[in-house]
Amino acid sequence: MEIKKGIGVSPGVVISTAIVLDAEDILIPKRSIDPALAEDEVKRFHEAIALSVTDLKKLRDDTITKHGKEIGGIFDFHLGILHDKSILTQIDKEIRTRHATAEYAVAQVCRKYANQFAEMKDRYLSERVKDIYDIERRILHTLIGQKREDLLHLQRDVVVIAHDLLPSQTAALDKVHVRGFATDVGGRTSHTAIVARAMGIPAVVGLGNLTSEVSGGDTVIIDGTNGVVIVNPDADQLEEYREFERRNAQAEIELASIRDLPGETKDGHHVLLQANIEFPGEIDDAVNRGAEGIGLYRTEFLYLAADHEPSEEDHYVAYVEAIKRLAGKPLVIRTLDLGADKYTQAQMASPERNPFLGDRSIRMCLHDIPMFKRQLRAILRASVLGDVRIMFPMICTLMELRQARMVLRDVEEELEDEGKEFRADIPIGMMVEVPSAALMANQFAKEVNFFSIGTNDLIQYTLAVDRTNEKVAGLFCPAHPAVLALIRDVIRAGSRNNISVSVCGEMAGDPLYTLLLLGLGLNTFSMNGPDIPEVKKIIRSTTMEQARQVARRVMSFDSERQVMHFLREETRKIVPEAF
Amino acid sequence: MPKASKELVVSNEMGLHARPAMQFVDSANQFTSRVTVFRGGPDPVEADGKSVMQMIILEAVKGTPLRIEAEGDDAEAAVKTLAELFENKFGED
Repeated sequence: MEIKKGIGVSPGVVISTAIVLDAEDILIPKRSIDPALAEDEVKRFHEAIALSVTDLKKLRDDTITKHGKEIGGIFDFHLGILHDKSILTQIDKEIRTRHATAEYAVAQVCRKYANQFAEMKDRYLSERVKDIYDIERRILHTLIGQKREDLLHLQRDVVVIAHDLLPSQTAALDKVHVRGFATDVGGRTSHTAIVARAMGIPAVVGLGNLTSEVSGGDTVIIDGTNGVVIVNPDADQLEEYREFERRNAQAEIELASIRDLPGETKDGHHVLLQANIEFPGEIDDAVNRGAEGIGLYRTEFLYLAADHEPSEEDHYVAYVEAIKRLAGKPLVIRTLDLGADKYTQAQMASPERNPFLGDRSIRMCLHDIPMFKRQLRAILRASVLGDVRIMFPMICTLMELRQARMVLRDVEEELEDEGKEFRADIPIGMMVEVPSAALMANQFAKEVNFFSIGTNDLIQYTLAVDRTNEKVAGLFCPAHPAVLALIRDVIRAGSRNNISVSVCGEMAGDPLYTLLLLGLGLNTFSMNGPDIPEVKKIIRSTTMEQARQVARRVMSFDSERQVMHFLREETRKIVPEAF
Repeated sequence: MPKASKELVVSNEMGLHARPAMQFVDSANQFTSRVTVFRGGPDPVEADGKSVMQMIILEAVKGTPLRIEAEGDDAEAAVKTLAELFENKFGED
């Protein structure tokens, strides 16, 4: 049994059988075989060797033709190893006596020699360890090529364990049978996280060397809520998690019962509860959980999923699908927010020294007007089909906002000239996620139709904390009085100027902050769909007067610990089972 | 079963690296005799002369004393041919 701690990026718990993909997208199969099949396995191993020899000879001859005998000669050594009886015999023995799979036996024996090589004092000889790795990989590829499990057609439910998931890999996955993901690397905004949330299955990333500790067929618990993965759990843990699964299912049913009740306080004050999404496909689930619209549609996935930049049509098709699924409910489309931790291929080629303070988001769009225009054209064209609103991210100065609006106006004129329909008075909003925008909220409020506070970035930029850096992540806290003061001021500026203000960061979906945000006068909460029922429950259990009192009290504190402690107590008073 | 053996010192500059080891193993495989190579010194090692992996692990750098042993019908010829490889420094200049 092995318990690994990572970053939970998609909530929920799953207990299932593992399949392991290595960095090169090959499956590392089970470690042991049925003893009765040992001879078949030995035969399979020798067939793989014969195939590898054929491939290698061809490679050697081609290399000699192209680069001469000296370089091609390297492969003679590889061939020599494939013919080395002492090695082949050892591998046969591993299979016959220890009932290892051919793959596992090859890896074991090669690792043993690799270690011996690596320990040699002579540098030239110790360098040969690379040849051993190369040979090992060649044999494994051949072996696995023979019986590559088709990931598109899995026979049973599995969880996928991988170093990292690439878009091409997830595209090739059987979506019905994959019940969870766990990866060695990645963060909250990694592809794995996005896909898992979209599929509504638990995922944990940043687990270090998980792939080397799990083998195909192992039982694995993925706890995406707590960021924990348990490999080969013991009976107690299994029972504990089964119980947890049951309780979760029970709680879901309970929360679903308030789905159709309005999001309003006991004294009848209504707030809008909306969902954040990455894919149009998430909308049905969000609406099912009570979302009254989409407060944040992130469009980055259009860019990250494909290897080419999305065309205007790619954008349009996605937006139209979202609008149709919403059937009249509002949809806030955020324009491209790439950079920092989410990159396109082209950006990866020239890394920035300080990407979070670099050419990201709206800055990037204003540096690449043709790309920006493609997206704006698609949004405008789609705007006649439903209640579409447009939102610019990462605005820091009024000039940026005006430039973005100018580009939008250009696009409107283009569409007009082409005789294409669009909604001329499309509501325009901005994210408030940098301190400069929050401090100038009063001025900004006169030039937009709505604000949406992106708490994740606002906290990061206010407190100068990168929460993906484990050494300082503990300093990342929504309850910091400085952050709360900014949020209060933005909400105030919004109400003074009669524009709506929402929070679309993680804070909006955290029940700890519901009373506070409500009391500060927030009228729209936009969060991950699964969080809606619980937040709604708190809202329905309080009055505006109570919430205002809580907010007043919180704003008098000078430390985040006091704030959190107080909020926890107050929330427990009205919804005892909240924490 | 006839036996033959010869003691020698590795004299080529690079020692028994990949290419010479392959040359040695290829030659050894032309004989039916079992070929074993011993490395003397404080940490003696024995290698199957027909296994390139084991020959590399001998870590026979320049100056290493070795003993080549063959056992089988063509033992004599095998030792002679294999020793010559060392004497010719595996064709290195």
